[in-house]
Amino acid sequence: MSETLERVVTKNTAGPTDGHRTSKRPWTQLDALEMESIFILREVAAECSNIALLFSGGKDSAVVLRLAEKAFFPEPLPLTLLHVDTEHNFPEVIDFRDRLVAERGHKLVVRSVGDSIRSGRVRLRHPDEPRNPHQSVTLLDAIAEFGFDACIGGARRDEEKARAKERVFSFRDEFGQWDPKNQRPELWSLYNGRVHRGENIRVFPISNWTELDVWQYILREEIALPEIYFSHVRPVIRRGSALVPVTPLTQPRDGETVEELPVRFRTVGDITCTAPVASQAATVEEVILETMETRLTERGATRLDDQTNEAAMELRKREGYF
Amino acid sequence: MADVLDTGLLRFITAGSVDDGKSTLIGRLLHDSKSLLADQVTALEAASRKRGFSQPDLSLLTDGLLAEREQGITIDVAYRYFATPSRKFIVGDSPGHFQYTRNMVTAASTADVAVLLVDARHGLQTQTRRHAYLAAWVGVPRVVLAVNKMDAVEWSQAKFDEIRTAFAGIGKTLGFRDITAIPMSALLGDMVVERGEALDWYDGPTLVQYLETVPARRDGGEAPFRFPVQRVVRFAGAADSASARGYQGTVAGGSIRVGDEVAVLPSGLSARIAAIVTADGALTEAGLDMAVTLRLDRDIDISRGDLIAQAGSLPAVTQDLDAEICWFDGEALDTARPYLLKHGTATVKAKVSGIDHRIDVDSAQPVAAAGTLVMNDIGRVRVRTQRALSIDPYSHNRVTGAFILIDPASNRTVAAGTLE
Repeated sequence: MSETLERVVTKNTAGPTDGHRTSKRPWTQLDALEMESIFILREVAAECSNIALLFSGGKDSAVVLRLAEKAFFPEPLPLTLLHVDTEHNFPEVIDFRDRLVAERGHKLVVRSVGDSIRSGRVRLRHPDEPRNPHQSVTLLDAIAEFGFDACIGGARRDEEKARAKERVFSFRDEFGQWDPKNQRPELWSLYNGRVHRGENIRVFPISNWTELDVWQYILREEIALPEIYFSHVRPVIRRGSALVPVTPLTQPRDGETVEELPVRFRTVGDITCTAPVASQAATVEEVILETMETRLTERGATRLDDQTNEAAMELRKREGYF
Repeated sequence: MADVLDTGLLRFITAGSVDDGKSTLIGRLLHDSKSLLADQVTALEAASRKRGFSQPDLSLLTDGLLAEREQGITIDVAYRYFATPSRKFIVGDSPGHFQYTRNMVTAASTADVAVLLVDARHGLQTQTRRHAYLAAWVGVPRVVLAVNKMDAVEWSQAKFDEIRTAFAGIGKTLGFRDITAIPMSALLGDMVVERGEALDWYDGPTLVQYLETVPARRDGGEAPFRFPVQRVVRFAGAADSASARGYQGTVAGGSIRVGDEVAVLPSGLSARIAAIVTADGALTEAGLDMAVTLRLDRDIDISRGDLIAQAGSLPAVTQDLDAEICWFDGEALDTARPYLLKHGTATVKAKVSGIDHRIDVDSAQPVAAAGTLVMNDIGRVRVRTQRALSIDPYSHNRVTGAFILIDPASNRTVAAGTLE
């Protein structure tokens, strides 16, 4: 990487600051965010007794996992990793998930939306429809099965406008519901993690991070990610303004042409509703440069399911979705 | 107290009466600082058309909840993020309605700057005074008086000066460190990001210039060392029982070096710092806001909720607190009931043993309290806790000087308090 490029991508989006940290590098906005997240993670561990960390293998959950490893060092993680698997995943992401968990010696539990469908807990209108919205049922069932009183997630407030309103410690009632009009006041860093049996708290340690912060942190911490986050050639179909990957679940319709294009994914959700973007960015540095220049939001560019309704996310969150 | 820490991150809130244009102002900031992305602009235009507006309604960007868009008001804080080449900003767009005071205070509690909006046509409102009071109460050091809708008063300098002068008196009483008045039109964009042409008589900074240059510094770096213990951890294979234990937490005041003498409260036992541990390696020193694990040179009984403090500069250790509390809950304060009080990392039982007075937020004057506080009241109270807490005045330390009250039956956060 050229020196100029290095300056651009590693640059604190904030300005130069006092060298208040005694270690090698100056204090940046990434340090402020990291410290806030570590404090939050330690608070959950202290206030709640049975904690799940929602881990999908995506970049945000990889960042939260790294933060948790730092927060709880030198002890093992005082929590269970939980993946609510849509069975509509990119295989590269599942491989990555399993490799990482094995390498780090963490405990992972997988609960599948497919099982919820087969047992009749989730009913589909057609077999290949997106399964993201149905994750709520599987998640709530897993919470009940294990008795989790807290679930840590990697959602960020900059992703979507209902998320922009949510507390760091976000209360869910016995039905798993979020009541956005009646959230607990959350002052200073005095988080209230108290729940009664059957209720739970969703905790979002990277609430205040942006997509760019996440990528800059991935660069700084050398966090490994599934390879589909980086440019690769993949058969895709142009559908409206989106590129749809050709997969067993997403086949070309009559009259559509399949193209081989260099693309990367900005998010890695359900195959049937996650679109890649055209990109040549093969390294974290190049992804950061693209992120700085991009003209579309992360969800706007890549999530086909959020665009159906102005309030799609709020409605799903109220039902217990992350 | 000197400013020592610039996080490179400025947290500010916007507050004002209903219809002063807060959401429009934030929309303008995001739009003109090029932080809005193409699909957000498209969605905004579509939503605006659906509501019959010919121009994009920038307020639709921040009102994220269904009920908010239905009613055209802001109910809860919306957090927004934008960056300019020199700084990253976290904006808390807080509700104007008095009913949602608790949400405004939530946003203000972590803010470095409060941007108070005033409609130039109407001047200072009751709500402006309340928001100023609340911002001062949670200790926001700096205020911008954003005199908005200047386009609706023909960009009148006389009007602006009148409002600025009227606020200066209030601001002085409330003790803000700095008050900056800026005339603007969020609707047209003048003096938000761009200077525009219409306000040529004004030679101060635009709102963004102000936000980019105001110190994003927090108090506390020069204060005595304070470290509320979050968790106790064990180091496997340690040589002895002292070095087997580590105390996790975040530095809430001052800084600490290996070898420094500290006292552990409430027990009062003393020790020296043997090591400052992080997952990224050991440090010789840790400053404000740093999350670390401390090891001490001797084995002392320490648990979550204890405070490690600088020897010779200790906080008060007491079960009797004098505080100003803001009551948030629909159910009024009951002085006969025990509540849970969370202070730092300690949660203890507590009773509000007496209410000295209520503050009339409009005049900032004390008035008699009728034996209780109801939603949105601020009052001066005495609190008795079941165990001793280690406290500093809120004006000295925002962590060891603040607490919340939790209703043990509902688990709701019912009040927040600042200590004297």
